[in-house]
Amino acid sequence: MLPGIVRSSSRHLPCRRSLTKWMSVRNLAAASGDQMTVRDALNSAIDEEMAADPKVFVMGEEVGEYQGAYKVTKGLLQKYGPDRVLDTPITEAGFTGIGVGAAFQGLKPIVEFMTFNFAMQAIDHIINSAAKTYYMSGGQISVPIVFRGPNGAAAGVGAQHSQCFAAWYGSCPGLKVVTPYSAEDARGLLKAAIRDPDPVVFLENELLYGENFPVSSQVRDPNFTLPIGKAKVEREGTDVTITAFSKMVGFALKAADELAKDGIKAEVINLRSIRPLDRETINASVRKTYRLVAVEEGWPQHGVCAEVCASVQEESFDYLDAPIERISGADIPMPYAANLERLALPQIEDIVRAAKRACYRSK
Amino acid sequence: MARWRQRLLSSACSSSSSSAAAPQALLRLASSALSRQSSSRGFAAAPDDTTPFVVDIPVPYAGHRCDPPEQRVETSAKELVDFFKVMYVMRRMEIAADSLYKAKFIRGFCHLYDGQEAVCVGMEAALTKEDAIITAYRDHCTHIGRGGTVLEVMAELMGRKSGCSLGKGGSMHMYNKEGNFYGGNGIVGAQTALGAGLAFAQKYNKQNAVSLALYGDGAANQGQLFEAMNISALWDLPVIFVCENNHYGMGTAEWRSAKSPEYYKRGDYVPGLKIDGMDVLAVKQGVRFAKEHALTKGPIVLEMDTYRYHGHSMSDPGSTYRTREEISGVRQERDPIERVRKLLLAKEIVTVADLKNLEKQAKAEVDEAVNQAKEGGQPETHELFTHVHVKGLKQLAYGPDRKEVIVPLP
Repeated sequence: MLPGIVRSSSRHLPCRRSLTKWMSVRNLAAASGDQMTVRDALNSAIDEEMAADPKVFVMGEEVGEYQGAYKVTKGLLQKYGPDRVLDTPITEAGFTGIGVGAAFQGLKPIVEFMTFNFAMQAIDHIINSAAKTYYMSGGQISVPIVFRGPNGAAAGVGAQHSQCFAAWYGSCPGLKVVTPYSAEDARGLLKAAIRDPDPVVFLENELLYGENFPVSSQVRDPNFTLPIGKAKVEREGTDVTITAFSKMVGFALKAADELAKDGIKAEVINLRSIRPLDRETINASVRKTYRLVAVEEGWPQHGVCAEVCASVQEESFDYLDAPIERISGADIPMPYAANLERLALPQIEDIVRAAKRACYRSK
Repeated sequence: MARWRQRLLSSACSSSSSSAAAPQALLRLASSALSRQSSSRGFAAAPDDTTPFVVDIPVPYAGHRCDPPEQRVETSAKELVDFFKVMYVMRRMEIAADSLYKAKFIRGFCHLYDGQEAVCVGMEAALTKEDAIITAYRDHCTHIGRGGTVLEVMAELMGRKSGCSLGKGGSMHMYNKEGNFYGGNGIVGAQTALGAGLAFAQKYNKQNAVSLALYGDGAANQGQLFEAMNISALWDLPVIFVCENNHYGMGTAEWRSAKSPEYYKRGDYVPGLKIDGMDVLAVKQGVRFAKEHALTKGPIVLEMDTYRYHGHSMSDPGSTYRTREEISGVRQERDPIERVRKLLLAKEIVTVADLKNLEKQAKAEVDEAVNQAKEGGQPETHELFTHVHVKGLKQLAYGPDRKEVIVPLP
């Protein structure tokens, strides 16, 4: 198990331009002095899978000559040429449809959306053309495609560029939906996604790209994959379970540090996979702690946390000692002003407060 | 590709032979005018003179399924001076935004318009506030053109409540309902269909007005644009589709994203006109022509041949996909403000000293707005939950901690 990451306090949302202002202190148990950014993890995963399988290709806006809008595809055009790394016009509906059609024929496209907000122009192809086709064709036509890109809020990018789509895609049968947090998650889950014969929606986070995480030599192995559909217990605990995914995992871990000072040992679960959702791991944890705080960045109504809550109350009702708590994004379009944006997104103190409520502790 | 870069500098539409001569002629006139200045200050026209005179438009229009307008346009001393003033203010405003972004007063995305000023300024000269405009995210100057102030632009950029969208929109979401300006749209291409919708309402309400939907060369390949064009043509909507072709969609040059970068022809059955977007008078003439067309014959596509000096946004250096020589070349040969400056001096409407004064005033106006904006407060906390609905139905909305923050929507 990878050691928990200890972060120094940063109460402000990182400015988009200065990507990494977190300072990480590696747990002494980490074997080597080896670190990797999420960006490099993604880049190396795509690179290795393209090297291993000639059917894998990348398409999207600025993925080639520009080296990637967020530099995730850096160097790939130079290495694999313009037949396998394709710069598309700004036409998501069109190029997504083209990607899905190529997958129908057995190719393995990795379609990059500059952000998943733009994928709304292509959502018909993701759902109707990709997710449902294997079923509708009675098992004849599979769609081995990966849709990837940044999801959720960045910093100060406003209402049309900040939406979290985990809940929407996570509700759709036929899709697999994964949300990496660490570099290990990014590498293992992306390689698994590319190798997976089904359409996978791979939700990254722009603010995590520049973050460094320790990686073992096992993670660096070209055959390293992580199973889709399995959550990871990032930090063990006994008093309250906190579920989170993507950037919120870091917040949950920080909240766990805060709670530990008050004698509350929180167990932090990194969901890693929204669909399939690892109900087994979540419920096993709640059956141990009896209390749950579910955290997500997106909107609350019909969100990922709503499904987590439903699963736990269905399967572990008798174990619950307190009502389930949900921490999510505010029920509003994302405001631009910095003070409002901070109030619109979950903060570490919100998670701490909710955990204490679940433990019947006063503030 | 080398030929394409050459075209950027000479700003030719099809035949470039005549266009190279005109700027030279202007320069000769300007320099001879300057030498006369030193001896006397006899003006041909006072700067607030509205007497019309005719000016040639050097770069030829190119028409698609229509006869282009005349290569000469009426203007006046006052109009030219106003053009200079407002374009210069816009230029200073965008440069100020650059510094403020680097100093972290502005967050998120910031897409600057410097180099393209002639398009929005020339457009306004041919329109009224009854006409509607909608554009994409490179909207700071378009907002000014529609009657917005530098203060409300700066305040919005800095996320203050005195911003045009109360600080809730940001750089890409500036609106002015009174000025019939519908933003400020973040998703590439969406504004084209929305613009056709604005025109639909104008026709429905029997207004004698047009809507302009502005989009870039990057957006010009969007399917919804063609859907909007088809319906507009079918239903005779008074919409003008304006492609602000600055030749790069983020980092992708037009020839790498469009099979046919002749955007004024892309309407197929919808007529089109290509205009030198760096010449404010050419823009004025072209938009006036287009407005008449849209009101009497139906939709039309305008392609503005323009250029942005900055990269796509403040996160893009703008020099990995184009050369510095190209950028400085365009600035040298085709800058819209310089063109008006030369014309003003050639016509002896103002002196060099007068222009220096106007520039000083513009800088002061922008600096004052920046300072005032900086002093503005951030939006109040309760604004988090305002403007979700017009009619809130007292529906409960939740903050991140749904047990702590519960607000009935107003």
